[in-house]
Amino acid sequence: MVLDGLNYVKDRLDGTLSYRWSCRMGICGSCGMMVNGEPKLTCATFLADYAPGPVRVEPLRNFPVIRDLIVDLGDFMGKLVRVKPWIIRRSEKPLSEGEYLQTPEEMDEYKQFSMCINCMLCYAACPIYGLDPHFIGPAAIALAQRYNLDNRDEAADERMEILSEHDGIWGCTFVGECTRVCPKHVDPAGAIQRYKLQSALDWVKSVVMPRAGA
Amino acid sequence: MNHVSYTPYHPRWHRTRVSTYWWLWRRSYFLFILRELSSLSVAWVVVYVLALVVRVSQGEAAYRAFLDWSSRPSVLALNVLSLAFLVLHAVTWFNLAPQAMVVHFRHRRVPGALIAASNYAGLAAVTAIILALLFVQW
Amino acid sequence: MRNKRPIEPFLWLLFSAGGVMAALFFPALIFLFGVAFPLGWLQPPPYDRLLALVSHPLTRLVLFGVCALSLFHCAHRLRYTLYDGLQIKHLDEVINTVCYGGAIAGTIAGAVVFGLIA
Repeated sequence: MVLDGLNYVKDRLDGTLSYRWSCRMGICGSCGMMVNGEPKLTCATFLADYAPGPVRVEPLRNFPVIRDLIVDLGDFMGKLVRVKPWIIRRSEKPLSEGEYLQTPEEMDEYKQFSMCINCMLCYAACPIYGLDPHFIGPAAIALAQRYNLDNRDEAADERMEILSEHDGIWGCTFVGECTRVCPKHVDPAGAIQRYKLQSALDWVKSVVMPRAGA
Repeated sequence: MNHVSYTPYHPRWHRTRVSTYWWLWRRSYFLFILRELSSLSVAWVVVYVLALVVRVSQGEAAYRAFLDWSSRPSVLALNVLSLAFLVLHAVTWFNLAPQAMVVHFRHRRVPGALIAASNYAGLAAVTAIILALLFVQW
Repeated sequence: MRNKRPIEPFLWLLFSAGGVMAALFFPALIFLFGVAFPLGWLQPPPYDRLLALVSHPLTRLVLFGVCALSLFHCAHRLRYTLYDGLQIKHLDEVINTVCYGGAIAGTIAGAVVFGLIA
């Protein structure tokens, strides 16, 4: 893998090379970098695919570079908190009443979006984020959808408020690159378009039935 | 506007400026911009259809003049280009529709291919209606 | 840039509807009237038939709707292409006025055309 190549460089050629990696099996999301111009997880990218080479490894695009191949992900961390990626309920059930039940079909609704490993490859692929770093970005919106579509959550309206801001879903023009590069097949582009459709339908409802319940 | 405020304590961290020609770097970005530019062809077809309708309402001579004008090489080339862009628009639109619209039928998700196929069926139906209105002897 | 714009969902809805209308109606229309008839691949229908078709109130209504929505589709798409393609998002007030203003002007022109032809 490309990660093995980087480890070889650090072990034998240049010990000062700095990069992030952890699980080396495509689940932690730490090793995202640009390999020959494409955002990839270096632990999941075969060197053989690029034979005879050379292979060009660059820090993840669209993020500020701290050193060598390490980028600053603080922007995404802030945005992730903004979309409130946790279950929010208007009223909690007491413990004695047991768990919140969910059928397999209900889980399938949001399961795809829960696969996100926060690797940020989608942010590197998104030209809109590259042009305007205020754009909230694909992963944040997909994770918001993961909770909106979860039947145990009751804060879809709250998240809609946050994501209807101008740097929210409306900046997206459905380029689709985020979905193409996602190593976990989360389809953030689909999440965003569904969100736009939902927002538009909510708007229609608010115009046609202004007094309908919250 | 080169730097973003979210790294206020490290202004020296490097951020690559995005080139004005970012859309030429990658094939997928280029195809995306082509798809967006197809909207210009849509605008042209609107103008063309309005012009056609006005000419038809002005009498047979005006309509003939319009047909002659539309067979001039420059207009023809523009229309052929527009047709190509419109086909690009329709194909990309219908193929992306399933990602935007998740339809449930009896607690199961309708497969995306079916949604796309029904969109194409709609195109075939509308085309058939237009052809019938113009050519079929009722 | 945290301002909310409640009109965005409505504009997106117009964009979507326009995209569907343009995708369904315009390929056939531009193929027939822009390529096939001028090139002589197909004989255009006789004038009387075309006049009757165009004057029919249903045709006029449908064509007006398709044209108006398509213009808003173009306006929306062009607006974002200018933001991103030319990186002039800071000129957004000018861009929005030109794009949607153009669509509104085109819709009014269309209303005049379809409303006044007998």
